[in-house]
This record gives sequence, C-alpha cells and structure tokens, in this order.
Amino acid sequence: MEELLEDDPGKETLLLGNEAIVRGALEAGIGHGSTYPGTPSSEIGNTFEKIAKDYGMYFEYSANEKVAMETAAAAAASGVRSMAWMKHVGVNVASDALMTLMYVGVRAGMVVVAAGDPSMHSSQNEQDTRFYSQLGNIPMLEPTTPQEAKEVIKRAFDISEELEIPVLVRTTTRVNHARGVVEFSELKEPDGDGHFEKNPQRFVSVPQVSKKNHPRLVEQMEKAEPISERSSFTEVFSHEEPELHVISSGAGFNYIMEAKEEHDLPISILKLGMTNPLPEERIKDYIADADRLLVVEELEPFLEEKVKAIAKDVNPELEIYGKKSGHLSNIYEFDPDRIKEAVSDLLEVEYEEDHLKAEEYDLPSRPPSLCPGCPHRGTYYAVKEALDGEEAVYSSDIGCYTLGVQDPLNTADFLICMGSSVGAAGGFSKNTDQQVFAFLGDSTFFHSGLSGLVSGHYNQHDFVYVIMDNRTTAMTGHQPHPGTGKTGMGDPAPVASIEDLAEGAGIEFVETVDPYDIEKTVDVFERAIEHDGISVVVPKHPCALMEQRAVNWAPYQVDQEECKQCHVCTNNFGCIALVREGDKITINETLCVGCGQCAQVCPFDAIEQEGEG
Amino acid sequence: MNRVNLELVGVGGQGILTSSQVIGGAALEKGLDVYMSEVHGMAQRGGVVVTTVKLGDEVYSPLVGRGEADVVLGFEPVETYRAIEQASEGTWVVTNTEPIVPFTVSVGSEDYPSIEDEIIPSLEDSTEKLITLNAQSLAEEAGAAITQNIVLIGALTGLKVLPLEKEEIKDSVKDKVPEKFLEMNMEAFEKGYNRTKEVRK
Repeated sequence: MEELLEDDPGKETLLLGNEAIVRGALEAGIGHGSTYPGTPSSEIGNTFEKIAKDYGMYFEYSANEKVAMETAAAAAASGVRSMAWMKHVGVNVASDALMTLMYVGVRAGMVVVAAGDPSMHSSQNEQDTRFYSQLGNIPMLEPTTPQEAKEVIKRAFDISEELEIPVLVRTTTRVNHARGVVEFSELKEPDGDGHFEKNPQRFVSVPQVSKKNHPRLVEQMEKAEPISERSSFTEVFSHEEPELHVISSGAGFNYIMEAKEEHDLPISILKLGMTNPLPEERIKDYIADADRLLVVEELEPFLEEKVKAIAKDVNPELEIYGKKSGHLSNIYEFDPDRIKEAVSDLLEVEYEEDHLKAEEYDLPSRPPSLCPGCPHRGTYYAVKEALDGEEAVYSSDIGCYTLGVQDPLNTADFLICMGSSVGAAGGFSKNTDQQVFAFLGDSTFFHSGLSGLVSGHYNQHDFVYVIMDNRTTAMTGHQPHPGTGKTGMGDPAPVASIEDLAEGAGIEFVETVDPYDIEKTVDVFERAIEHDGISVVVPKHPCALMEQRAVNWAPYQVDQEECKQCHVCTNNFGCIALVREGDKITINETLCVGCGQCAQVCPFDAIEQEGEG
Repeated sequence: MNRVNLELVGVGGQGILTSSQVIGGAALEKGLDVYMSEVHGMAQRGGVVVTTVKLGDEVYSPLVGRGEADVVLGFEPVETYRAIEQASEGTWVVTNTEPIVPFTVSVGSEDYPSIEDEIIPSLEDSTEKLITLNAQSLAEEAGAAITQNIVLIGALTGLKVLPLEKEEIKDSVKDKVPEKFLEMNMEAFEKGYNRTKEVRK
C-alpha cells in the first residue's frame, strides 16, 4: 500500500479499482476522507486507513454514511478537498445530507463515490444509484476501468471546485473489484489548514436561504453542461461503415468494446464518461445519421430513456434497442456473453455456443456461512435453547450474523436494511402475539440501531434486542468503530459502551454475556424472554477471524465410542468444521479453531480437545 | 500476441486471490496488459470464489465469457465442475481433487457427489485436456497444506500456456509469500510444475 504514496509519475502498477480511486484522490490533494464500510467500496477505506497518516490527511470511519457525508461536507465548506465514499445503499442513508448539501454547495472540491453492486454479490438490492444525480442535481461521472477511475476522481475534484458543488462518481463492483494496470501521475500535497468563512445566507438552509440556493444550483448545473460536452472521458470508437451504433457507460462499456475489437464487429460506440448532465450535443451529433442504436448500460434504462427523448428531436426514425426492446435486461450485471447475444441478434450473425458441457449433477450449493469459531453461532444456538421449541420472529440486520438465515440455525426471518432489525422488531411486537427477537451487530448498532432502541423503549415495545458485539465491523474486513477504542487513523479513541447507552435510554434489562459460555448465555436469554418491555442482551466475544490471529487453540475431535450419533451438533449447531458422513460425525481439523462451543452442545460429552494449544 | 484468459475457481479462504495476483504481477513485470476480476466481501466467508486473469497486448474487460478460458484452474473439484462451461475443447482444465464439503451437506440438506466415481469420470468424458492432482497432499509433502495454491500455480506454469517464463512466475511468488515460508512455497511450486510438465512432454 505504501506504493500508493510514491511520487513516481509514469510508474505502472497493478491496482484494484478501489486502490486506483485512492491514488486519484492523492493526486488531487485530498485533505479529508470519511466513510462507513460497505462492499464493494470497503477497500477504499482500508487503503486510506494504512496511508492517511503518512500522506498527511485526515481520515475517519464515521458511525454511518450520513455522518461521513456531513463531515466531508464541512471539510469542503472550509476549503479542504474532501471525499466521502459508500456502497450504493449507503447513499440512501446519506441522501438526506446530500440533497441539501447540493443547495449550499462547497468551497473546495468534494467528491462522493457511490459503489453499486449489480448482481448483488454482497448487497441486499441492486438499485441504480445514478438516479440520485437527477434527484439532487448532482454532476456525475462513470469510470469504466481502474485507470479511468483514478483519472475520473481527479477530474471530479476539479469540476466540483469549479462549480462549487459536490460531484458524484458512480462505480460498480467490476470497477471497484477489477484489478488492472494503472499509471501514476504526480502526487499532490494534501489540502489542510481549512478555515470556515461564515456566510449564513448560503450555508444555513432555512426556507428563505434555500429559495435562493435552488436557482443557484440549477444555474451551476447549466454551467456543467459545457463541461460534460468537453469531457475527455466521453469518446467515440468509430467504424467505417457501422451497421449498429452503440451508446454505453460504466462497466457495461468494457464488454461491448471487447466484442467490437475481438470479433471485428461493424459497430461504432459512443462511450459516455459524464452522464449528468448528459452531453446532449455530442449525442445528437452521434445519432443524427444512425439507423439503429443499442444502449448498453447495467441496471435501469437511465441513458436509454434520455437518448430516446433526444432522438425525437434529431432523428425520429432512429430504432433504439436496449432494455425496452428486450435485447438487454435491467436485472443483474452484464458479462461478455450477455452482450454478445444482444449484439449478434441485432447484427444477424450466428452466435456460436462453443463450450464444454458435462453431465448434469445436482451440485451442492455453497452459500457463505458463519466461520468456525464464530461467536454468533453460540448466540443463535442459545436463543433457540432458551425458547425451548417456542416459535419466535427473528428480525435480522446487515452483517455476518445475517448468515444465521442458513440451515440449521434459521435465525433470520425479516431483513430490509442497516438498522431495520430493531424498528421492525417493534412493529412485530405491537402487531402480533409472537415472541420477537432483534439481532444486530455492534457496528450496525452504532450505525443505525440506537435511534430504534430509544424509539422502541419510548413506545413500550416488547422484544429481546440482541446486540452481537464481536468488537469489529467483521463482514467488510474488520474496520474499527466507536466501540472499539481505535480510530481510522490508528489512534486510540474513547470507547462507546453499548450497555451504558442502553441504560441511558432507560432499558431496565441490560446483560452482557460471553456466547462461548453456552449455558450462561441460555440462562440470560431465558430471563430476557421473561422480561416485559425491551430487554437488551449483549453477547460479547471477538470475531473468530480476529481472535485466531492471537491465539492457537488445539482442535477438537469426536470420541467415536462416546458419540451416540444423535446429530445435535450438526442439526442444531451446525459448525462447518463438523463433518457428517452417513451417521458418523467427525471434525475437520484444518477448519476447527478449537473454540469449544460444539463440545458444550454435545449431550454425551463426546467432543474433546486433542491436547494443549 | 494472443490473449490468454484464466479462470480460477474454488472456495473462499483457499488463497485464490493471492494466486491470481501472482500471475498478474508477473505479467505486469513483463510489460503485458492485465485485467482481473476479484471477489471481496460476503462470498469470502466460505462461498464460491471465481477470479479471472486476462493477459495480452490489450485487454478490454475483466470477465471471461463461456468457453473462452484458456485454462480453468480449479482449487476444488466440485467448483471445477461448476465452472466447466467456461472451458471449450481447447481449454486446459486443471483441478485439485481434494474436496471441501459445504456445510449444506454436513447438515444433511444436500449431497456431495463422489469425486472418484462421478466428478472426475464426467470431466474426463467432456474433455481430453484434463489434469488432476491432489494439491493438498502435494502441499503437505512440501511442508504445509496452506501452500496448495502455490502447487496449483506451479501446475498452471507447467502447462506452458502463459506468455511467461517459469522464473518470472517464481519471482512473482517470491514477492507475494512471507520470507520464512519461501522455501516451502518454492518446493510446492515445483511439485505442481512437475505434475503438468510430464503431461505436456
């Protein structure tokens, strides 16, 4: 990572898209960066975490995306170049800040990176975040490769500074998590020494101010039009006699470009780099004499609808293909095959299916699962033991613990977004007779679980609120948060206590327990269920992946003479290190981390540790 | 020069990302264009991991189309089987035979096929360019099971499909593995290399 701090213009190196984004920000002289981790944007923060100090900038993991947006806004309003980045659904959390931030604007450049996840590799939806650019009047650029991501970030800072409004850079998984050759340009000194010059007539969004700010924003967006027309990221890849014209942006462009170059297709492509505002004049020029046009963009027909409107003026005869014609879909990410199929249909060329086929087996699925040693597994097991067969509604949340949805735990019944576990649990408790649990992690609690707790207690909801504290933000790669005692810069920080916060909200039942002690955990849950009102249980044990870096426990094994093959361990607990072949249970020694939870679950004491660790 | 497409498939935690970066790093060092796709996030928790490495004069996209892989390098036999449509007749299919049984099988919701009686014979039926090896036992012979990804990198190198010399790839391995495990990894590399070299004679 230190490589990113080398001031070595011309150097070529292999960078992940997210690392290229960081390098772009460094080449733009970023002074402030803030985020809440979320895939596919997480490695941007992980990278800043390693280099921010050496570079001389400020970086923080904020408690959520809205706070990240607001701190970055204040930095840029104070004359310090800033960037806030998040996954696509994180923009929803930050959008309240972003929509009015567009009105007041900024003084130094501010870039917002929104990383989309078509195909939902690690997300709960695949919403097309580009629509925020229209909703908020936000200039937007869409890079296609790691190299371009670096250049786009730099340019976005300049555009933002010129227009004095934030600029959105929209990426997707195949840009963020693509790795490609990136050429360095000159490194810039980080922005610093901010000073906020007061101007309440611009920065205080009361109605009379906003009434002036909105027309100003519309004016700035008009100024953005010539910038979009001139953008060097917008480019035509022509053909002498094109049989098909294509307009494309983002990761989808890569596949159509590949098809054109490698199969020598008679197509011309207009790649759009800046997609809000659109370069209408260039689009008009491009489609004026075209007969047929295919719009290649992942997810919604964002460009397609606009290009249709533009075509009505300049070329009403133009046949436009894309989502509406059924050649492409607004569901899932594109790949070379989907693009080739669409293009070969339009060019009437045979699409050759040339690949191996093998006899079809019912291959077992391989969903992600809780790791061996994961403390969440003990928590879930204990909840079910405490319920002793009684049915309950499990309101889940976003994090590793969502994997409780898998067999055999089945401890997730309802989930929509970060923090939804607690609000929804309150709704279930008020509208049903069912026993209700809310499950969320420590980082998610600080992100958006706190307001639900206060609201639920005030409205006298009745459920067990389980805040599964594994001392980190695990799923996204172990980032610190307000409860960990460490900042994004690596400095010590005051520790926010979940228990104190709950007590401060007025909760009477607040108990902390180590879920590695199954019996004790069951006991806590039995009492929590009995308690009227919200009972807060904090199962506290470090994430196994983190703990295993520091300890080396001997694995466990099954004593085959003692084992009665009751299968409680696999059927009720289900650690992935437990292997069942026929009726026989063994433990995979490579996977087992020696946590000992399964040994406590076994009714016959047949699981034993092999020796000292 | 033609482009070479690699598809690396397996299970989260098998060192697949490191492997693809070894190849990518060697190609960059040689001045080739490289474009790769990686998997980060939820799938790394024991889920299916597919990464691609594309090398050549100019590479346009990070994904490999059906049938367009020059090599499918399988770190786990069922995952190799799942990815078989990425291969065509000319594709080398190199697979580790050591299974990783998903938890869905352990908890009794699904069945894991027999590697010896079902998966390997079916792979043999669909391609003549199949090379099998037990990367885990070769890695254990080299010193530790954790080096099995380097065994597979060695096997990939022995195919002589990459526009890279053996020494160039070994140098890249040296960049990516900790100093104290270097010797072990070099031995693991040779074990994999020798397995495919004898097929390619």
